[in-house]
Amino acid sequence: MSEPSSLPLFASSTDPGPSFADLLRQVSPHQLPGAGATGGTAPLDLPHGTTVVAVRYAGGVVMAGDRRATAGYTIANRRIDKVFAADDFSGVAIAGAAGPAIEMVKLFQTQLEHYEKVQGEVLSLEGKANQLGLLVRANLPAAMQGLAVVPLFAGYDQPRDRGRVFSYDVTGGRYEETDYQGQGSGSIHARNWIKSGWTDGMTLDDTVALAIRSLFAAADEDVATGGPDLVRGIFPLVAAIDADGFRALEESEVETRSRTLLDGPERGGGDPR
Amino acid sequence: MNMPFYVSPEQVMKDRADYARKGIARGRSLVALECAPGVLIVADNGSRTLSKISEIYDRVAFAAVGKYNEFQMLRVAGVRHADLKGYSYSREDVSAKELANAYAQTLGQVFTHEMKPYEVELLVAEVGRSGDDHAEMYHLFYDGVVIDERRYAVLGGQTEQITQALETQFADAMELGDALKLGARVLGSDGASLGAEQLEVALLERARPRRAFRRIKNAELTGLLNSK
Repeated sequence: MSEPSSLPLFASSTDPGPSFADLLRQVSPHQLPGAGATGGTAPLDLPHGTTVVAVRYAGGVVMAGDRRATAGYTIANRRIDKVFAADDFSGVAIAGAAGPAIEMVKLFQTQLEHYEKVQGEVLSLEGKANQLGLLVRANLPAAMQGLAVVPLFAGYDQPRDRGRVFSYDVTGGRYEETDYQGQGSGSIHARNWIKSGWTDGMTLDDTVALAIRSLFAAADEDVATGGPDLVRGIFPLVAAIDADGFRALEESEVETRSRTLLDGPERGGGDPR
Repeated sequence: MNMPFYVSPEQVMKDRADYARKGIARGRSLVALECAPGVLIVADNGSRTLSKISEIYDRVAFAAVGKYNEFQMLRVAGVRHADLKGYSYSREDVSAKELANAYAQTLGQVFTHEMKPYEVELLVAEVGRSGDDHAEMYHLFYDGVVIDERRYAVLGGQTEQITQALETQFADAMELGDALKLGARVLGSDGASLGAEQLEVALLERARPRRAFRRIKNAELTGLLNSK
């Protein structure tokens, strides 16, 4: 169905229920992320997103991502967004093939809102995390061809009054992290940085600083991760999710915070010669 | 082969229309009112969980009277239609007009071709972004007829009294509290307003950035009903 002009009505045996992905699978499967994966290997020089992190703090969770997309050794985009609001109380950050990843985020956002409207109630945070796992798993054939998408999911769990972080592998495996996680090519460096600085019950300010620093550290060691770009004024994308909901920090705020963090240990002790 | 008795098309249509009208008349009414903040929908509904009003898309709401299972099915179809369209094209491309046309197609089709028509009346409403006064209200009947309503719309079986009351009492650009009290008053009988426990209320609020639909309930509802 390319032009939906009449109402999508179903017999009770084929009714897709509150799942938008199942609805799409029935009426318009070619629009699913990863559709058309038929074999062969995708060329390497497709845009890939790189490093994202999610860090739990006292009131909720902070998500952050660098702004670079690379295609092989080329910079494909300097200002790509990798951190998205999934709904009012959760966010999703992406690493991997940028095209399918952004499609997947769009489908996931629609999926959550669709469920809410059809059922008249909001999914639990764990339910949302599982839904995202299903979408990642559905992308497995494309992942086998090199179009892997590995998101991070984080949100504020209202009944439990805390932030929670979930990570995924390409098969859709879903793992709840206790405190923080990173994803993407520079994530090992980001994660190590967070590990050395994270404490239980951190404030929002400290956590935002830690997340930004961890991305600087990743950019320092990983060519595919974009560092703070002082020439163009490009800084990481940071969002906080707490009892008040998802809130992306203003670019100017992130810039101010980033600039105060610039004289850190990565500066080193100077040229030894 | 048995030959069916001849029944004139006029008679068939009349019987079906009577049947649908009777079904709708058994239910309670609802009104939609254009007001300063957007479009307010007020329904006479004693149930706390089974709603007659709901969200379809960012700027579009749905309300219905009649047979619950039928309008529920149509509501879900509308959500699917809108979400599919927004996903395939863009969020801005979803409109109440297009959805009302899709509903009209389905209602008309079922009315002429199926054994039994839908016993429902639907309202599809839309508001624009903040800063303009754009609002649309499409009133759909069981046979697929669409009316583009202005200022207010009344859905249900016995609407004459309510329409008459609105004709004299409706004012343009009312505040939220005034519009709500007017809705509760015209839905009540013999001059007595309906109470909060008997009302289901939702607002398409122009000033909200993306999803304009919100329910008005509990403390906010009683507060507005009791406001001066």
